[in-house]
Formats: sequence, structure tokens, C-alpha cells
Amino acid sequence: MALYSEKVMDHFRNPRNVGILEDANGIGEVGNAKCGDIMKIYLKIEDDIVKDVRFETFGCGSAIASSSMATEMIKGKPLKDALALTNKAVAEALDGLPAHKMHCSVLAEEAIKRAILDYYKRKGLPYDEETFREAECCHETE
Amino acid sequence: MQVYLDNASTTKMSKAAIAAMTPVFEEVYGNPSSLHTMGQRAKEVLEEARATVAKCLGANANEIYFTSGGSEADNQAIVSAGKIGARKGKKHIITTAFEHHAVLHTLKKLEQEGFEVEYLPVGRAGNITAKQVEAAIREDTCLVTTMIANNEIGSILPIAEIGKVCREKKVLFHTDAVQGVGHIPVNVDEMNIDMLSLSAHKFHGPKGVGVLYAKKGVVLSNIIEGGAQERGKRAGTENVAGVVGLAAALKEATEGLEVNMKKISALRDRLIAGLLPIPHSVLNGDKNSRLPGNVHFCFEGIEGESLLLLLDEYGVEGSSGSACTSGSLDPSHVLLAIGHPHEIAHGSLRLTLSEYTTEKEIDYAIEVVRNVVERLRAMSPIWRDKVSGKKPFIL
Repeated sequence: MALYSEKVMDHFRNPRNVGILEDANGIGEVGNAKCGDIMKIYLKIEDDIVKDVRFETFGCGSAIASSSMATEMIKGKPLKDALALTNKAVAEALDGLPAHKMHCSVLAEEAIKRAILDYYKRKGLPYDEETFREAECCHETE
Repeated sequence: MQVYLDNASTTKMSKAAIAAMTPVFEEVYGNPSSLHTMGQRAKEVLEEARATVAKCLGANANEIYFTSGGSEADNQAIVSAGKIGARKGKKHIITTAFEHHAVLHTLKKLEQEGFEVEYLPVGRAGNITAKQVEAAIREDTCLVTTMIANNEIGSILPIAEIGKVCREKKVLFHTDAVQGVGHIPVNVDEMNIDMLSLSAHKFHGPKGVGVLYAKKGVVLSNIIEGGAQERGKRAGTENVAGVVGLAAALKEATEGLEVNMKKISALRDRLIAGLLPIPHSVLNGDKNSRLPGNVHFCFEGIEGESLLLLLDEYGVEGSSGSACTSGSLDPSHVLLAIGHPHEIAHGSLRLTLSEYTTEKEIDYAIEVVRNVVERLRAMSPIWRDKVSGKKPFIL
């Protein structure tokens, strides 16, 4: 379908890192069923490295592709890199998203931020509140 | 295997329609308004087509106006009725909550011009009764406009009864019959219909051509101004080949109606029976009064666009009530009108059949839908929450 790039379709057809992590130490969920998008990210962080990552998504093709691509982009990377991942980078890695689907990449960025915030909170680690401002206030799950 | 199950969106053209159109392009290319022989031959085939359409609908030829399609016919019917009403100081219109946007958006425009529009609720079963219409009619009602069958969930409305009520109360009655004509019996005379819209490409005719039927005495207002075509009510050189294709397709559909209804309904019921076992799902629309070719489900825990895309990967071409692909996050107004919460309305699938659909295709589609629903649910966080008991199932 011409709506999406071949990259988006590839990640939609064969999503990477689907599922849950039983031993996750950071979990983030954003979106809500009313809008038709929910994204959940499971992180296993060790020594400030994203050792493993999984996702679950309820949503359209680009939401699934965005989650898949975002998990690929942070897997095995230092935590600070995962934290710096932007929705733009996710969309670019997918060879672009239609304008009205850009929010899917935003969800992916925010789900990762929320999962990292969850990790910090569980560990009782200090964090910069400004970094998580968006992740804290937006997309309250119903 | 490629299985086209989106016949409510549009259909493959029939061989009869193509065969009727081809010589018009090649040999009868005149302008029906021209005086020379080529022009007059075009005029002849145009009028033959008009007579054919009239006969199929139980109308007179001078009550048939060719348009660019169903949307234009809906627009013109409603605007005309509004003008007729306004002249008498009547500005109340009755319709249903689940009309096509060609009707709803035209009514919205009239609301801005001071008309009051009443949207009859369609309930969980997705239908209305003539009693509802009767109770809603007021002294100042100038129009009742209800579709003959719903384009998403396939409910067939009691048009003959509604027509009878409107005739008794002397209120103009328009029906958007785009989903009905060629698929279920439609007779404007027997059903007391004053105005009717139809579109050729829904019954194996060409795209871009439709009909507005307006009963003798109903004064139409122009939507398109210009020349005196269509007795001065619709300007623009006639789409002669399109009109001929429309007439040929309608004739074929009308003649084959009984046989096709039986055949398609049986396939529809096979498809419904194959999908009903999917847990936490619901068949939408009127269970008893349903278009022969319509199957419409909501599946809990998944979203419609990803469902369609993945079905397409396996060659099954369907559609969804979800407006996701059109750039809006709002789910179908039809599914909200029948009382589904947004979450359920997002997970919809419409599969619509035609006489070209085969049993083999239906069996393949059943298998693919079952697998794809399962696959999407397996990656859905909301489904996991429901299965684990963290959140309740809705369906």
C-alpha cells in the first residue's frame, strides 16, 4: 500500500521485539483505547545499558511499526541514548510517516521515556524532571 | 489468493456494462445537445438508458435525472427539499443518526441556514421504525431522509413503511438508496418514495455516474448551473457512456436480483458463521433485515487499520468503519450511533460480497481473519490486560 513506506510495512509485517519481559525493571505505557493507540514498552536495564526491550501495541500499522523500530534503535544502547531518542529519529528511520501518523512516533518516544522513568523510580535514582515532563503529563491511560 | 470483499465501497464492472459502453465511446461520441446525426444518436441512447432505469425503479422516464453519482444526488435532493420547505416556512428535517456523510454534511449546511434537523436514534440493533418517523413528524417538517440500507453495518430500513407514513402526513420523503439498488427490491411507486439517490458503481456499473429520481411535481433546485441538460436541472454535457453503462448494469442487476440475493445471502451467512466463533467479537447491524452481501464485525482488543493492512498481506481486501486511514482519530459515527464505545468501534471490519464471490474465497477469508485477529491480539497490551483480568471485557 502506498500509504506507508516499505520500511514501515516491513516492521509492521515482521515486528521486532514483540512481547513482554518477565524480568523488566522499567515499564512504560502511553496512549488510550479511546484514541485507538496504546503502546507499552518493557525494559531490562543493567549497568546503564538497555540489555533487552519488548513492546506490545494496540493500534494502527504505523503505531506497530514505530514501536518495532524504536525498540530496535535502543536495544543494547546506553540508557542516555535511549533517553535521547526522538520521535523524529524514529520516523526518519522508517523512511517517513504520513503527517497524520506522526503521533505514532511520538507515542514510541514517550513510551520509552516513561519506561525509563519507571526504572529510575523503582531504583530510587535521581532524575531530571524536565526530561520527563511530557511523559508524565500526557496520554493518561483510561 | 486475492479475495475482494469490499463491494460496498465499489464493485468490479460487469461484462454487460462494459459491452454496452464501448460502442458509445467509439461510435456514438456525439454531444446529445447537438443537432446533427451523431448528436441525435447520442441523445437516443441517453433516452433509452433513461427509460431502462425508470423501468427498473418503477418510475417514469421524466422523473430520472442523471448525476455524477450518489453524493451529488443526495446533495441535490436535500437542498431541493429544503428550498421547497423554506418557501412554506417549513424548516424541520428528519433523518437518522447513521446516514452517509453525503447526507449528513448536506444537512449540517442546512442547519447553518436555520433548519432544524432531528437525528433518529438507531439503537443497538442498528435500525429505525416507521413509528419513530411518524412520532417525529411535525407541522413544519419539510423532509424525511433515511437511507435504504446502511453502508457500514448493512441494516435494511423499513422504507416502504416509512414512505407510507410520509405520504399520509404529506411530507417529502427522500431515500439514499446507494447501497440498496441492484441488491434488494426497490420500487419508488410501491414504496411511496418521492426522491431517491443511486450510484452505478455499487452494482457493477461505472464510477462517476448516478441518478436522482424525483417524483413528478417535486421541483428540483440546481446544484450545478449551466446548460439546459437534464431538463434544466443538471447542467453539463451528459456522461453518455457512463449513463449507458449504468442502465446496462442496473438492468442486469434487476433481472438477476432474486437469484443473486439467494446466492450472496448464503455466502454471507457462511462467512458470518465462520467468524462468530472468534471470542469477544460482535456482529453489527440488523440480524434479520440485512443486505445480502454485508458482514460487519467488531473484534475487541485490536485496531481496525492494522487489521485491514494485515488482511491485505494475505490477499483479503476488506474495509473498516475506522476513519483512521482518512486522517481522523474519530471512529465511525455509525458504530458510535449503535452504542459501541470508542475502543470497540476502533476494532471494526466490514466484508462485503458480490455475485462474483465464491465459496472458496469465503472459506479462505474466514481462515485469514481468524489468524490475523489472533496475531494482533497477541501483541495488544489491552488484550493482555483483559485476558489477565486486569481490565474487564466489553464484548
